[in-house]
Amino acid sequence: MNTQINFAGIKMKNPVTVASGTFGYGREFSQFFDLSKLGGIITKGTSLKPKSGNKPSRVCETASGMLNSIGLQNPGVEYFAENDLPFLRKQNTAIIVNACGSTIEEYVELCKILNTLDIDGVELNLSCPNVKAGCMAFGNTYEGVKTVTSSVRKVLDKPLIVKLTPNVTDIASIAKGVEDAGADGVSLINTLLGMKIDIYRKRPVLANNTGGLSGPAIKPVAVRMVYQVAQAVHIPILGMGGIVNGEDAIEFMLAGASAVSIGAGNFMNPYTSISTIVGIEDYMKKQGIEDIKEIIGKVEMN
Amino acid sequence: MAEMLLAELIKKEQLKPDIFKFSIKAPKIVEASKPGNFIEIRVTDQVEPFLRRPISIYNLNREEGILEFIFQVKGKGTKILSEKQEGEKIDIIGPLGYGTFNYENKENLAIIGGGIGVFPLYELAKCAKKENKKVNTYLGFRSQNFVVLEKEFEQVSDKLILTTDDGSYSQKGFAINYLEKDLEEGKIDSIYACGPLPMLKAVQKLAIEKQIPCQISLEEKMACGLGVCLGCAVKTAKSPKEAPEYWHVCKAGPVFNAKDVEI
Repeated sequence: MNTQINFAGIKMKNPVTVASGTFGYGREFSQFFDLSKLGGIITKGTSLKPKSGNKPSRVCETASGMLNSIGLQNPGVEYFAENDLPFLRKQNTAIIVNACGSTIEEYVELCKILNTLDIDGVELNLSCPNVKAGCMAFGNTYEGVKTVTSSVRKVLDKPLIVKLTPNVTDIASIAKGVEDAGADGVSLINTLLGMKIDIYRKRPVLANNTGGLSGPAIKPVAVRMVYQVAQAVHIPILGMGGIVNGEDAIEFMLAGASAVSIGAGNFMNPYTSISTIVGIEDYMKKQGIEDIKEIIGKVEMN
Repeated sequence: MAEMLLAELIKKEQLKPDIFKFSIKAPKIVEASKPGNFIEIRVTDQVEPFLRRPISIYNLNREEGILEFIFQVKGKGTKILSEKQEGEKIDIIGPLGYGTFNYENKENLAIIGGGIGVFPLYELAKCAKKENKKVNTYLGFRSQNFVVLEKEFEQVSDKLILTTDDGSYSQKGFAINYLEKDLEEGKIDSIYACGPLPMLKAVQKLAIEKQIPCQISLEEKMACGLGVCLGCAVKTAKSPKEAPEYWHVCKAGPVFNAKDVEI
């Protein structure tokens, strides 16, 4: 049985990665399992300079999911390179850095630095809904996505994946912008913009008022979008949004994802990524599938 | 080092209509825990409710490897938890939090708690008392109906002051007023607090004014409990309002030096 995947030029021993912002830089989860079991780790969103993030409250639970508005708190790329990358590099798994910025110049400067680091790829974050500038502001038009991605492409030789926001009308056209700019892959979905109101205080629960919805609640939206993007582009798709087990992962792969990410599921159970890998293998055994690549995009529409 | 485990619920007690005490078998977690640590509980094996519930540790029975926690039923998660029966397994992660109570080189401790915030203070008082520290405990409750654990705290305190806001039981008023009096008489060299925010703010202010070392246990909405989601932010005292910086309750806390945080 073969579960290996070459995703956008990144070799992965299986198609299961952990999503940005739900796994830190790996250390906390290494107390539960050997990180080398993962197909890859996508780091916490990392910017050129440190960011302190948004005011609390930053998270709240919702039906089968949660809202967050962290605001990309991170120690900055220099700190990451010095303190976190050496640890991650020892884990024998693909390391992909989620890169965020508030201007095109910032994205370019950051990616110039990332290009010099011993990492396997970059996931360009054009989709965080919780910061005032950059990110989703670039990510919600074909032109915006294409412009930032092209600028980064010029300075980055490593595999480039662009992470898309679902808060758009036509996800397929946005993905086309990524492909047209020369990126190697696309990842989706980031969180859906949402809001929860405390009916007694008559105020939103999150200090930032709105936040990104994640967890099993968003999975059907994510599967639909992965399918739509798979019809529109030829570059591989990293699918995510509410995956908590092997069956969920298979659903994304049938819709067209070549690999998947576990996000909020890591909070529910730190072992979710590991049990997802086992679940995929069980499905393959039961279905007599020799190579995981056989199922990518194999959904048949009614 | 935290671990995840399915721990057997060996004893369940109902302390109040909405307050439960659970004793679970978790030897490794007990061994690794310190006063002030917390655990995270997944109340279902389904995806709803989605997140774990952070709950403070009440008592560590190191001889028998039994961990006790007390919780109030507040929403759907704690409701489901309260319906667990003895013999059932409970999915927990612990111990969590790196900031814990520390009374090294202190002799005259003031332990002050309010309402359901008194729970994590018991293990602290118990350990300190065992090490022959002088334990002065000040517990405040809204009224007689809300008073819990009086006997338990009595056994681990050299002096226990219990107050109710309305005077319906024991002393009338706020616990902090009694603490303040003892501070003025120079009887206290350190303060440890957990309770509602107004109480913590008052204790923090008092401790800073009187220059007495003070630790406070905080809570904030939390998703992972492990230090990766960065949800449970609390502002550092040193950072300016225009450029706030944050600690995280699950990582730097839940117990902080009162002078380090802005609450």
